Amino acid sequence: MSDYNFAYLDEQTKRMIRRAILKGLAIPGYQVPFASREMPMPYGWGTGGVQVSAAVLKPDDTFKVIDQGADDTTNAVSIRRFFQKTAGVAVTEATEEASVIQTRHRIPEAELRADQILVYQVPIPEPLRFLEPSEVETRKMHALEEYGLMHVKLYEDISQHGDIATAYAYPVKVEGRYVMDPSPIPKFDNPKLKMAGIQLFGAGREQRIYAIPPYTDVVSLDFEDYPFQPTKADHACDLCGAEDSYLDELIMDDAGKRMFMCSDTDYCATRRKGGHIGAQGAPHREDAA
Amino acid sequence: MYVAVKGGERAIDNAHAWLAEERRGDSSVPELSLAQIKEQMALAVNRVMAEGSLYDPDLAALAIKQARGDLIEAIFLIRAYRTTLPRLGGSEPIATEDMACDRRVSATFKDAPGGQVLGPTFDYTHRLLDFKLAAEGAVAAAPVAPTHEGHTPHIMSFLDKEGLIQPEPPGPDVPDDLTRTPLELPASRALRLQSLTRGDEGFVLGMAYSTQRGYARNHAFVAELRIGVVAVEMEIAELGFAIEIGEITVTECETVNQFQGSKTEPPQFTRGYGLVFGMTERKAISMALVDRALRWKELGEDNLGAPAQDEEFVLYHCDNIQATGFLEHIKLPHYVDFQSELELIRKLRREAQGNMSQEAAQ
Repeated sequence: MSDYNFAYLDEQTKRMIRRAILKGLAIPGYQVPFASREMPMPYGWGTGGVQVSAAVLKPDDTFKVIDQGADDTTNAVSIRRFFQKTAGVAVTEATEEASVIQTRHRIPEAELRADQILVYQVPIPEPLRFLEPSEVETRKMHALEEYGLMHVKLYEDISQHGDIATAYAYPVKVEGRYVMDPSPIPKFDNPKLKMAGIQLFGAGREQRIYAIPPYTDVVSLDFEDYPFQPTKADHACDLCGAEDSYLDELIMDDAGKRMFMCSDTDYCATRRKGGHIGAQGAPHREDAA
Repeated sequence: MYVAVKGGERAIDNAHAWLAEERRGDSSVPELSLAQIKEQMALAVNRVMAEGSLYDPDLAALAIKQARGDLIEAIFLIRAYRTTLPRLGGSEPIATEDMACDRRVSATFKDAPGGQVLGPTFDYTHRLLDFKLAAEGAVAAAPVAPTHEGHTPHIMSFLDKEGLIQPEPPGPDVPDDLTRTPLELPASRALRLQSLTRGDEGFVLGMAYSTQRGYARNHAFVAELRIGVVAVEMEIAELGFAIEIGEITVTECETVNQFQGSKTEPPQFTRGYGLVFGMTERKAISMALVDRALRWKELGEDNLGAPAQDEEFVLYHCDNIQATGFLEHIKLPHYVDFQSELELIRKLRREAQGNMSQEAAQ
């Protein structure tokens, strides 16, 4: 791949993206338009995250990619290989070894440090989109801090279902100003959005970048009498026994028997290495998962 | 005991190997050459160049071969390649009145300087399968007429002389570039045209058709449709003047549409414009109709709420590379978000059933 620049994008494009990132960091939660490029993977498959990663990666970085919390899902493998090829950076599956982590739909269970960057792939950056389809209108609503529609939606959920019927991509308010879509992470992950690391969000098709600087206040929208509740399956991980991690549900046989396992594969493997074994788990072996 | 599924890397490698084999097909059948695709699938090549926004028939032929004939996939390959190319500068506007026309028809005047030239069109072919093509054989040479030399004036220029056609307001010297700046609304006409010319042919066709069926009907006549070769000139800073750097084939369509006039202006015709790489006349006509529909505000027309009048709707959804990527991404795993929905729906059903049985007990 020597025909391409380091991390694929040309330096001018990277500078353009970095300017958008800096603006995003300066105005937490604000969606900065940027001239998204066509990437060699399809729109909707992480092109925003890939462009942000390309703009922040340095040759000495260690890169990790997760999709649904897992390092070995096909699209995570594909994106990791892309940067191995085009940037030659070191890659890892260990959350704590990574300096840049690109993610789709999850925040790692392990707490991130100040020297780590978390890059999110974002499909629809606009939290108000499904209440108001027009971009012209939603930008106006953000400018005027007009978020009543969102509260009405949450209220209507409660009156209809007795609960806020949003389970992922749960809207948050950033530093008391912008309502932001945290990307389709389960609401279980929302409390982790206030963290020591830098969080960057890239939406390639929609041409938007936004950011949460370290330790920024991020509040999940709720009501006093219906406070926000992060939820997960009411089980422990069947592999490592963790009770505090987000779980995937697997169908095991034709009778529909279920098992639960950590969605964060590195978290699960690290626990098993440390000797934790769940109800159906095996002791850790290097060659197994 | 359960061992988690792993093997994404191997699966990807094997899938790619299988794909390469399928692309080649039965190896006892001779392989397609790029020259064959370029020469015999020329309209597919044209569409890939137009929607890929890159005028290079050889690369378009390669993309079609690599994409197994899936034109949207081929367009995607071209776009991804194009975006890596350095931008050396902008050309001078092409002079389509100097086009060497292969085809030039007007639906508004029976004859005009430059004449009507049907050119290599499907228009009056009877759509009967030609089984002779199933056997290979030479094609008889087509008769040749003397070429029309030089300038072919635009039909619109005759209307313009009479002041019957609305004059176009001059644009900026350097128009916005859709590929270098994020699309923000309202978009200039230049940006709208850029977006339409690379937009999906099917989408733009559907939008145009909807205007004909009454969703913001603008009553278009094809004043002129011309297809042919034009020179591309570029000013070289070191030289201080423009030189010809190449030739491209384009299709240009100008529609003439009626306009009611207003209190301050007598009735005048208005214009829709389409310009597309290659021989792509269905797309160029569609583009002209949609361009005209999008001009409602500038021309003081009513917003009828029609899809083709809504620039946000049209421009945000006409790009097939954006659309196909986002559409197909729902194949990717979503088990984390689905899991959270599962939990929510189970909880809501528990609560609802609890309430129902309580009510039943009362």
